Amino acid sequence: MDFLHFMFRNRDQIFSATLEHLWLVGAAMSLAVLIGIPLGIVAARRPWLGKPIIGAANVAETIPSLALFGFLLPVPWLGDRADRLAITALALYALLPIIRNTATGITGVDAKVRDAARGMGMTDNQILIHVELPLAFSYLLAGVRVATVLTIAIATIAAAIGAGGLGEFIFRGLAMVNDQLILAGAVPAAALALAADFILGALEKRFRFAQ
Amino acid sequence: MNGAAKNQATIEFSDACFRAVDGPIILDHLNLAISSGETLVLLGRSGSGKTTALRLINRLLEPTAGAVKVEGRSTLDWDPVALRRGIGYVIQDAGLFPHYTVERNVGLVPWLEKWPEERKRARVVELLQLTGLDPAKFAHRYPHELSGGQRQRVGVARALAADPPILLMDEPFGALDPLTRGELQKEFADLQKRLHKTIVFVTHDTREALFLATRIAFIEAGRLVGVYTPEDFLHATEPVAAAYLAACRMGDSLLK
Repeated sequence: MDFLHFMFRNRDQIFSATLEHLWLVGAAMSLAVLIGIPLGIVAARRPWLGKPIIGAANVAETIPSLALFGFLLPVPWLGDRADRLAITALALYALLPIIRNTATGITGVDAKVRDAARGMGMTDNQILIHVELPLAFSYLLAGVRVATVLTIAIATIAAAIGAGGLGEFIFRGLAMVNDQLILAGAVPAAALALAADFILGALEKRFRFAQ
Repeated sequence: MNGAAKNQATIEFSDACFRAVDGPIILDHLNLAISSGETLVLLGRSGSGKTTALRLINRLLEPTAGAVKVEGRSTLDWDPVALRRGIGYVIQDAGLFPHYTVERNVGLVPWLEKWPEERKRARVVELLQLTGLDPAKFAHRYPHELSGGQRQRVGVARALAADPPILLMDEPFGALDPLTRGELQKEFADLQKRLHKTIVFVTHDTREALFLATRIAFIEAGRLVGVYTPEDFLHATEPVAAAYLAACRMGDSLLK
């Protein structure tokens, strides 16, 4: 009960931290989708480019998040603002699942369907837009879902460089050895992740076609 | 793609070769002229190069030597998209778009060609009736809701949509059970009597070839062994063709 009281008393602060968190995640995900989907398409169409692209995204994924924030700090334009830096780092993390799932989805399209499309006189772009992307869409969404859940969790660490978000409570709670404070950040973050997982998961099912 | 005079070669292979990059020769100096309105069956065993020959016609593959001409023009001089829009293409398992209804699948080429909505819809209804599918029942179904035979009918309807003068068929009935296959073969033969398309049909099934062909081009290991009428093929003395026929007869003898 104490915890609920605590949440209630600090509801304004928690609410604005949640909004901040959503802004970080939303901006990072938009960036990652904008970059990741075209890269995934390229990776699927040009296998010799696919390897280095996915390799690079893999490397970004392996850098510990706190270290990545640190590495980006001295970068001129990026280091100027904490949220700018946090969004870039989060987008880098989100890239891998998006690129990989886009590429897997497109290469997974039935060769016969692609063959028929070409034989019928569809151009490469028409095949991409009307056949490959729609059929790969549920895979693509699965990638976005995984990336979103991941980003919501990692975004809590962005508070370490002063980018705000729900991590603020967690870090403060850790410093003050205050469980309630930690939970005030952790519980809403977990709720956000679950909600995103549920909504994107439902969308994913909606766009799955029997192949 | 109109205007080809009757009996003139609609499709012509002249010394057409195909070789995969750094791979073996798959098609070796193929010379073959296919005239308007005939059903030419490319017969041969798996890997003989018959599908490759077919794919050279709509430029899904390009000859590495020699030429393939469609209506007097080398396929390399055709815009590939324009060439393919004028050639119907039917493959095994149909290759229907799983995210499109039957109606959209059949109306694909008319849609690509930007036909008015009304004309497109009327054409789809006409084609579904032509291929023995009740439009009211099937137009709004998805491919996974159809049987193999129904899917193949949709595949044929789709290929005929823009009324192309040429139809390429790559083992279209190969994946069907014998009963359904026989049904479709018979209906297809009837259909061809009415439509008079120029058809190139790939199969490894001798019986299918004998039943549908006006001429049979027998291919073995990338080479054209001979071109026969169905009657002549039954008496072919060429060893490989004779062996192929013998294998077919062996099956028949079991049924007696």
